[in-house]
Amino acid sequence: MSVANRPVHRPLSPHLQVYRPQLTSMLSILHRATGIALSVGVLYLAIWVICAASGAGTYEAFRGFNSSIIGRFVLGGWLFCVFYHLFNGIRHLFWDAGYGFEIKDAYRSGWLVLIATAVATALSWIVGLRLI
Amino acid sequence: MAEFALPANSKIGVGQTYKAAAGAKNIKTFKVYRWTPDDGKNPSVDTYEVDMDSCGPMILDALIKIKNEMDSSLTFRRSCREGVCGSCAMNIDGTNTLACTKYISEVKGDIKVYPLPHMPVVRDLVPDLNVPYAQLASIEPWLKSTTQPPTRERLQSPEERAKLDGLWECILCFCCSTSCPSYWWNGERYLGPAILLQAYRWIADSRDEAKGERLDQLEDPFRLYRCHTIMNCTKTCPKHLNPAKAIAEIKKLMVERAV
Repeated sequence: MSVANRPVHRPLSPHLQVYRPQLTSMLSILHRATGIALSVGVLYLAIWVICAASGAGTYEAFRGFNSSIIGRFVLGGWLFCVFYHLFNGIRHLFWDAGYGFEIKDAYRSGWLVLIATAVATALSWIVGLRLI
Repeated sequence: MAEFALPANSKIGVGQTYKAAAGAKNIKTFKVYRWTPDDGKNPSVDTYEVDMDSCGPMILDALIKIKNEMDSSLTFRRSCREGVCGSCAMNIDGTNTLACTKYISEVKGDIKVYPLPHMPVVRDLVPDLNVPYAQLASIEPWLKSTTQPPTRERLQSPEERAKLDGLWECILCFCCSTSCPSYWWNGERYLGPAILLQAYRWIADSRDEAKGERLDQLEDPFRLYRCHTIMNCTKTCPKHLNPAKAIAEIKKLMVERAV
């Protein structure tokens, strides 16, 4: 068969491998990742309730885990997910209403969401630790 | 299901290096994606050292210089060299843009040039655009009316005409569609930002009488609603248009007619 008639298996041009990460796409994938983390977090909440219902011993064990380094890391991460998903969700509501589509505004709102998330996560962490 | 890694035949190897002529003082290095259907090999990235003292200011100038003076086999599309034809759309320094309107001086360090992302490659920097063109045809991008045509042109008020600004300027270079992760993963079912902007261009036209029909055609979990407002499209558009906004306007019309 001549070269011209041979069937061609075209390669796929690179995408994730070469596309520059930027605030637009990174915040979008973070929104999805935090959404998934929150769904998993609901299981954590369920385990908590089950432990509480199973008597003082198991509840204490669960509390013990929460106070451990890993437990705190999980809870702190979950707190971040709650606030990021909440604030970025509000950002999405503005978009759905047709506002904030200029790149300048999208970057401003993106940074605003990140700052608000950091502040809210830190504040509720500090307040939460006092309440325990 | 989204395939995040490149298929085996698309993995990129290291290619050849073309040195600048001896004595060149002002050298810029271009790393350019190469693939030819002729030798059965995987794609590779060739390195070209270009003498900037005898090169025009734009990326396209450098590509043409490479083709003329260093490697005549380098293949890319180009025509107008002034950002109105959309032929030389490619991925430069990590984002999609037109080689003819992108300054070499804007890029720090080596300049990486790839074809538009997540597209079948015809050769080197030339992607196969058959799918987006078919998608363009599917939205029937022409004026549709059922009423008797007037004896003269169809008039618009200045306000009605103004609604088309930011839409008619699209040159269909597909920088936006191929910057969109949603289009990467669902490109055969999701229409992508370029085509949706075109769809809105006709929906927003006061002279068009097929608005409802056009919205019906778009009301689909994939064609329209794979847009998750990532905004890579608007960020990368070399004509500074706003496909994300156009898509949002379509979504708003969907809600308005449903309530």
